[in-house]
Amino acid sequence: MEEAQYEIDLGNLMAFDQHHQFASPPASREEIVKETIEQATKLVQAVADALFSLPSTEDPDGPLVKLPEPTTKLPREKPLPKPRPPTQWEVFAKQKGIQKRKKEKMAYDEQTGTWKRLHGYDRVNDDNDIPIIEAKATDEPGTDPFAERRKEKKSRVDKQEGNRLKNLKNAQKAGALPSHIQLAATALPITGTQSQPKRVSKDVLQNVAGMAATATASGGKFDKKLPGEKPLKHEKKYRKYLPAVEGSGMGAIEKQQTENVLNRLMSKHSHQILNVEKAVNMHNVKKEKNQRRQGGQSSNSGKFKANKKSFKKTSKKGPSSSSKGKSK
Amino acid sequence: MIRIKAPKNGRIKRELEKRAPKLVETGKKTLILHGTKTSSVLNSVLTEIHHLKKDNSIKYSRRNDKIRPFESGGETSLEFFSLKTDCSLFVFASHTKKRPNNLVLGRFYDHHIYDLVEVGIENFRSMGSFSYDKKLAPQLGSKPFFAFIGEAFESVDELKHLKEVLLDLFRGEVITNLNLAGLDRVYVCTALSPNRIFFSHFALRLKKSGTKVPRMELVEVGPSMDMVVRRHRQPDDSLRKEAMKMAPDSTKKKEKNVVKDDILGKLGKIYIPDQKVGSVPLANKSKGVKRERREAKVAKGDGDKATTPKKQKKEDSE
Repeated sequence: MEEAQYEIDLGNLMAFDQHHQFASPPASREEIVKETIEQATKLVQAVADALFSLPSTEDPDGPLVKLPEPTTKLPREKPLPKPRPPTQWEVFAKQKGIQKRKKEKMAYDEQTGTWKRLHGYDRVNDDNDIPIIEAKATDEPGTDPFAERRKEKKSRVDKQEGNRLKNLKNAQKAGALPSHIQLAATALPITGTQSQPKRVSKDVLQNVAGMAATATASGGKFDKKLPGEKPLKHEKKYRKYLPAVEGSGMGAIEKQQTENVLNRLMSKHSHQILNVEKAVNMHNVKKEKNQRRQGGQSSNSGKFKANKKSFKKTSKKGPSSSSKGKSK
Repeated sequence: MIRIKAPKNGRIKRELEKRAPKLVETGKKTLILHGTKTSSVLNSVLTEIHHLKKDNSIKYSRRNDKIRPFESGGETSLEFFSLKTDCSLFVFASHTKKRPNNLVLGRFYDHHIYDLVEVGIENFRSMGSFSYDKKLAPQLGSKPFFAFIGEAFESVDELKHLKEVLLDLFRGEVITNLNLAGLDRVYVCTALSPNRIFFSHFALRLKKSGTKVPRMELVEVGPSMDMVVRRHRQPDDSLRKEAMKMAPDSTKKKEKNVVKDDILGKLGKIYIPDQKVGSVPLANKSKGVKRERREAKVAKGDGDKATTPKKQKKEDSE
């Protein structure tokens, strides 16, 4: 009789007594516990009555019972997965009524006379296994048929990869991307150039930023920092101070440096320090620009020509060197 | 430009697939967290809840000062932890002057907070303080019974909500096959007043009763505590509707050969098996109709016919 007033959810093994009320406010803890145990035993017994009357199958570990669905509705953890939209091929196949059929994994290879896998490494009709391709009348001379085959294969693979990406994009739009796949943006689309810029790492960027900062006279000391910008790794300019005191070792370095510069200027081959060709080019370009600005008159007459010979002592140099050679 | 990013390694792929939304969901995982300050009572409450749910719960041991449920902006890091650990239930403990011994129970839907219930813990008794036969101790991960006592669970909104959250927190995985020998624990919640419940945990002893159904006996094993409901937040109606969606029942078989017509009502096609007329045995099995006899008779007739012309021929020749 009492069982009827309990609400029982067998799927959750739950029983709920909707009618129980404490007759008087319970005085002590023990009283509450005692009352609870008494009521709970009744409830559990009611669940057990329903549970043990279910048809059971014997198992070595104990009787197994098939539980019904829980009647108390509880929220899901995650949204329901959405069905994947059909791929381009699946749409086409349905339209044409193409049925999927199983293929054998192995096939007989006539070239080698053995059974081989249909796909993958060491497969049937592998391009790598073909030693000779017979020439046809239509063949153009000068083309490598092997290279052509390889190119064709590569283009097929690339096309398939493109199709795959397209299908995945569609799936993403429908919110049904496979759980293990993400579509990540590599870079913004670049128009005009074929090659993509290399990804610059964080460290490299930091270094460049540091270098740019040191370009100011204060070495970036008074520059405003961007939010989140870290302090520079090297705050000041790289500068070497040589010891002021003269002597041997480190002390002699300053003297050596000045001597080096002087020697280069004074030496016989000092003209080689100057890149005459470049200087002449620059001069010509500048001149041309000026002329264009003035009125677009084209004149080749004013152009210098780079002289291979040096300006210095041109007349004397030749004979003197020859005389030297003679004297020796 | 878009690149396909897929795991290079099977272990990671399997891990991602485990986290993907499923048609039929397996059990929810629980995240157990501390707030900025927790009392010793709360510490032991958290460890014992973790102990009860050890099979699918994760306990964080650090203090979290950025988590403040019920406050705007105080839930982002909680949602992040849910995403990180793939948990969809949480138990958060904090102890302040305004709300001493505060325990927030909540659920996530799609790694966003679904609902929250805040309770104060009073009269806590830990598992260690109960003395009982250790053989009775419930086993880890066993399917629990639930008993809710008191009409307040039906009439009071907060308690109704709390009942649902507690059921979700402790029920474990939804199963279809249950081993009756493995039943060993009961969670009992008694409504003491419109905002206070008594939560306790019992071990079950199945005793022989002479009938098929054993007699149930409860032995308190702890923990037990009073929960005083403080704040609570129900989910949005639209969110609730979304979260309550069930997987379409795939076990239902399509009814064959039955069509519903607006005018004619239910129509059915009936297929009658092929009548094998040729192989039907004859009822009359008298000697005369037997095949051998029939054939013999025909043969005999033929013989007569064959003989007569011969005779005639002979006559002709003569």
